[in-house]
Amino acid sequence: MAKKHIIVDPITRIEGHLRVEAVIDENNKIVDAYASSTMFRGMETIMKDRDPRDCGLMAMRICGVCTGTHYQRSIEAVEDAFNVTIPKNARLVRNLIQGALYVHDHLVHFYHLHALDFVDVIAATKADPELTAKESVKWAEVAGHKPYISAAADFKAVQERLLKFVKEGRLGIFGNGYWGNNSYNLTPEQNLIGVTHYLKALDIQRNLAKMQAIFGGKNPHPQSIVVGGVTCVQDIKNPARIGLFKSLLKEGTEFIKGAYLPDVYMAGTMYAKEATDSEATYTGKGGTGGGILNYMSYGDFKLDDTGFYNAENLFPSGIVMGADVSKVFEVDADKITEDVAHAWYEGTGAPEHPYVGTTIPKYTGLEKKEDGMAYLKTEEKYSWIKAPLYNGKKMEVGPLARMVVGYAKGDKRITKYVGNFLKRSGLPITVLFSTVGRTAARAIETELMADVMVEWVDELAKNVAMGDDSTWTEFDFDVVSKECKGAGMAEAPRGALGHWMVIKDGRVKNYQAIVPSTWNAGPRDETGQLGAYEAALIGTKVSDPEQPLEIIRTIHSFDPCIACAVHVVDTNGKELAVYKVDPNCAF
Amino acid sequence: MGIDKQDSVKSLFTAQSAKVDTNRGDAYYEELYAQCRGRLDELKKLAPLNNRMDFKESIEDEGLERRDFLKWASATTAMLMLPASFTPLVAEAAVMMNRVPVIWIELSDCAGNTEALIRSDGPKIDEIILDIISLEFNETLLAASGHQAEKQLEDAVEHFKGKYLLFVEGAVPMGLNGQYGTIGANGETFHDHLQRLAKDAAAIVAVGSCATFGGIPAAAPNPTDAVGVMDVVKGKPIINIPACPANPSNMVGVILHYVLTGGIPELDSLLRPKFAFGYRIHDNCERRAHFDAGEYVEEWGDEGAKNNFCLYKVGCKGPMTFNNCSIVRYNEGVNWPVGVGRGCIGCSEPDFWDKYAYERPMANANIKAPTGGVEKTVDEFGLGLLTAAGVGIAIHAAASAVAGKKENQGEA
Repeated sequence: MAKKHIIVDPITRIEGHLRVEAVIDENNKIVDAYASSTMFRGMETIMKDRDPRDCGLMAMRICGVCTGTHYQRSIEAVEDAFNVTIPKNARLVRNLIQGALYVHDHLVHFYHLHALDFVDVIAATKADPELTAKESVKWAEVAGHKPYISAAADFKAVQERLLKFVKEGRLGIFGNGYWGNNSYNLTPEQNLIGVTHYLKALDIQRNLAKMQAIFGGKNPHPQSIVVGGVTCVQDIKNPARIGLFKSLLKEGTEFIKGAYLPDVYMAGTMYAKEATDSEATYTGKGGTGGGILNYMSYGDFKLDDTGFYNAENLFPSGIVMGADVSKVFEVDADKITEDVAHAWYEGTGAPEHPYVGTTIPKYTGLEKKEDGMAYLKTEEKYSWIKAPLYNGKKMEVGPLARMVVGYAKGDKRITKYVGNFLKRSGLPITVLFSTVGRTAARAIETELMADVMVEWVDELAKNVAMGDDSTWTEFDFDVVSKECKGAGMAEAPRGALGHWMVIKDGRVKNYQAIVPSTWNAGPRDETGQLGAYEAALIGTKVSDPEQPLEIIRTIHSFDPCIACAVHVVDTNGKELAVYKVDPNCAF
Repeated sequence: MGIDKQDSVKSLFTAQSAKVDTNRGDAYYEELYAQCRGRLDELKKLAPLNNRMDFKESIEDEGLERRDFLKWASATTAMLMLPASFTPLVAEAAVMMNRVPVIWIELSDCAGNTEALIRSDGPKIDEIILDIISLEFNETLLAASGHQAEKQLEDAVEHFKGKYLLFVEGAVPMGLNGQYGTIGANGETFHDHLQRLAKDAAAIVAVGSCATFGGIPAAAPNPTDAVGVMDVVKGKPIINIPACPANPSNMVGVILHYVLTGGIPELDSLLRPKFAFGYRIHDNCERRAHFDAGEYVEEWGDEGAKNNFCLYKVGCKGPMTFNNCSIVRYNEGVNWPVGVGRGCIGCSEPDFWDKYAYERPMANANIKAPTGGVEKTVDEFGLGLLTAAGVGIAIHAAASAVAGKKENQGEA
């Protein structure tokens, strides 16, 4: 057989440690794929027996990229358990802290973690700056905005900087990239636009991160969220802080609309053939990189103060199966199970509800072969990530899932932004069910978030100006923490994120988290269902088997966060309490 | 505990790690100036390692004014605790930074320090990675994956043998024979990976709480037996830049110091550069006057909170923590944890997750740190004594007594 087994380890431009192995046939088509996380830290074991109020800061260290999202989920789990509803100011501040994370994180993901899968840096040296300027205006028009950079001189300056860099020296972080690979579709001018925006985005993201720091104290790892509210009283009372937030948001929004969106239209159009090629897929639907096509969102960003799981959300919750947007199913948290058949943990073999799972590490290692490589033992266990299931099925989570669920539910705001994208790009809705679609959905969501944050910051300023400066809801810790349980189920930039906590006598009895990349990066389950990454790779044609460009393009489109995915185990399984989700908070 | 309170306070105030000489006298600085001058002249003779455009040119390209650059240089000079006369040397060293190759690896980490690095404002991150340092390898930013990524790393090690600075982010898991973390096609453990790359490094810079002291993976009960770099790498100069994440100004400061002097900066007993960690948060805190006046936030959102009172009683660990946060703050000085009304969690100190990171003063922490901790001592020094300025500080004495045994190894 002419089949070939490729190892990609490390997968770079992600958070954490990830390995992918793919089997390609004689036509260089991927026929099998395995995703494996190669790091384990045991975060939940560390949370046990601590004061529940202290877990948020620790949970945040699950990930330094989606920084602040685990923090808030953990705090919310405690608030749910204590039945505490936070004041309006606190809700708005948290929305702004998380919203700032979304726009920052999505932007950094697109340019610094993903763009080089579409943009050939070296080819940009051959571009004509005059034509580049015209091209840049053209894509901004498609997006319906003013181009962020449109002067030929600006593109020329970047090109000269790049030329010098390429001609004379070592390439640093661009060294040994896949430059010249056949599956780069952009013209030299389009590549130069990409490189120019890549560099500018490094600058823009610093300022976007400041928005989180204004109300969070710092970024990464903000520090102002506490059980019951937020601590940044002086920052919300100071009009200058609000003003700074607004001006940073405005500046960032100009880049999002004038560069990020146009670039996504450009890439979407230039890679439309791949994105609509239903032959190159696992299910025969959607396009390259589509994968399992089941999408789930827990919903997030509370729009009113009715408290836990009653408030209306910016992103609605729901499930869409098989890319069929005519039907949306409600999320029932009791239907979530986890399977360890192929994960490095002891297990009974059958999928278990995460709250009763007894998980003890059982590392069976890699298989060293004569070629000096170590391969995953794919017939047995091969990852530190468990395989979560919803109602026995694999799910994909993330911006695409949020946009698809919102669209299918007819959410006004989401339908408008998604509809706008499809109309302007002239692409069919099926384009969303692909690698490119995942990337486009993230950009659509970024614009939506940037726009809605303006409303929130004004609402906050107005509320404070009206004389409401409360930021914290009082509770009697000794009373409420005797025996309770709660869930923080919402959305991280990368998708559905849940933290569950059981509390007894003021201490954490059990802590569980199921994070976005667990859903997406998980291995097969005992019935052999592929994980979202794995399925997304099947059917993809690799133009050069020595260069795994198409593989990383698809993997990056999920925005992997592997340190997140791996902590979701408890090494000390014996004492795990039985935990059920409070029916009041079921979706 | 058997620790004499008076002695503790006294030993703290006289301990090397708690005091920084900001004026060493003319003779010292003249000698240092000459040394730096010589070093820079040496460097000038070398071709830039990456042959990229120099910093000066790039600032002009970016439309930055020369005076902005000089402003940055003088601020950095002050941060490095050098007299103003060193400003031109610092500026020159910045231009020269592209002679320093940097390899950055990630072990048991969350990428928070890489994220912090890309928030760097002086110099800015695009300048750092394209023009200033020669960033040869960084997993979060590297274009190539898999075999091509490994090759890029091998090439860099080969090419810059003995010359590169190895930045390490993340702890080293020692349990399960190191197999809690592996990297690369041959499944090398994080520990072996670190040792291999440390061997040919000029010096190692451990960034963030995990790489320095084990951080979150090493918090009790430390499920993977995680340790910091200095616990496993021997025979190489190591600089620790703790905090969660480390402040990018301190990362740049260390690189700059290396370019300027060819050596590593003066370190405290925990191998932390004194220019950054010679300050106690508490001593430079904007809310210090309220501490001295006995005005505290008693609970979140109260009148005290609305008046920016001291956060000690809601758990601020500024009195026990050494870092320059209260001076440089974060994200271009936009804010910091005390500014935002939360307080310090002591993240640049060893074992802070088990000792400090909670929202109560140590006296009523409501938690037994699983690894022990120093609550008893704190109780003794508790709230009753708080109004006497500086007494909260005594708490640190217990910690530094433990750390004291490393005191002398740390001196460069």
